[in-house]
Amino acid sequence: MADTVTTLDVRNQSCPLPIVRAAQKIKELETGDVLEILATDRGALSDVPSWCDTTGNQLLEKGEEDGVFRFLVRKG
Amino acid sequence: MPDLVDVVTTSAAKEKKNKLTIIAWSGDLDKIWPTLILSTTAAASAMESCVFFTFWGLFTLVKPGVRITGDHWMQKMLSVMNPGNTDKAKLSKLNFAGAGPMMMKKLAATNKAPNPTELLELAQEMGVRLIPCQMTMDLLGLTTDDLIDGLEEPVGAATALLEMNDSSIQLFI
Repeated sequence: MADTVTTLDVRNQSCPLPIVRAAQKIKELETGDVLEILATDRGALSDVPSWCDTTGNQLLEKGEEDGVFRFLVRKG
Repeated sequence: MPDLVDVVTTSAAKEKKNKLTIIAWSGDLDKIWPTLILSTTAAASAMESCVFFTFWGLFTLVKPGVRITGDHWMQKMLSVMNPGNTDKAKLSKLNFAGAGPMMMKKLAATNKAPNPTELLELAQEMGVRLIPCQMTMDLLGLTTDDLIDGLEEPVGAATALLEMNDSSIQLFI
C-alpha cells in the first residue's frame, strides 16, 4: 500500500462523469499516490481499466461490494 | 522526382498524436450528445481533444437567448426555424415537437448523466478545443458575438484537415 490514498466518490453518477472526475482528481495527486474510486455506474467496470490503459495510470485493484464498484489506481 | 518522393514520404510519415478530432456536422441532440461525451472523455484520458463545428453542428455553439441572426432574410428565416444552443437541439427521431428531448433530459437527470448543456461546460473545463467553421458562420450569418465564449478562432476546411491529419482518431458525427 502506498502512503497516500485519496478517495473519490462518484456513486450515482453516470458516464462520462466518473472518468472526468477521476481525471480531475488524479491531477491533484503526486506520481505513485493511490486514488480509490467508488462508483455505481456499471460502465465504470470497463471504463476505469480502459482509462488507466490510455493514461498510463496503474490499476491495482478492481472489485464489487454491495453494488458499489471499487477501484484502486496508482498515478503513473 | 526526388522532390515528389520527399513530399509523399513527409505526408505519409506524419506522426499521429494521441489525439481525437471530431467534425461535429449534425446539430441533432442524439448526435451532439455523444460528440460531447467522447471529446470530454478524451480530454480526461490525457488525449488532445478538438471538435470542429460545421453546418448544423455550429448551431450548438449559439449563445442561449440569441434568436434572429444574419442580415439576409433567408439567414434570418433559417435562424428562426432552427434556434441554436444545446438546449434547443432536436432529436433525429421521436422528437415529438420537443417532448422527446425533454424526456431524454429528464431521464439523464434521473440517471445523473450530464445533459449536453452541462457536457459543453465540462468540455470547456477539461480543455477540449472547440473550433467553429468560418464558412458556415458566413453562410448562415453567424458572428462570433452570436456564439458562446471560450471558443477558438473560426477556421476553414484546410485547418480542419490539418487537425484530423495528426489525430489518431478522427470522427465525423
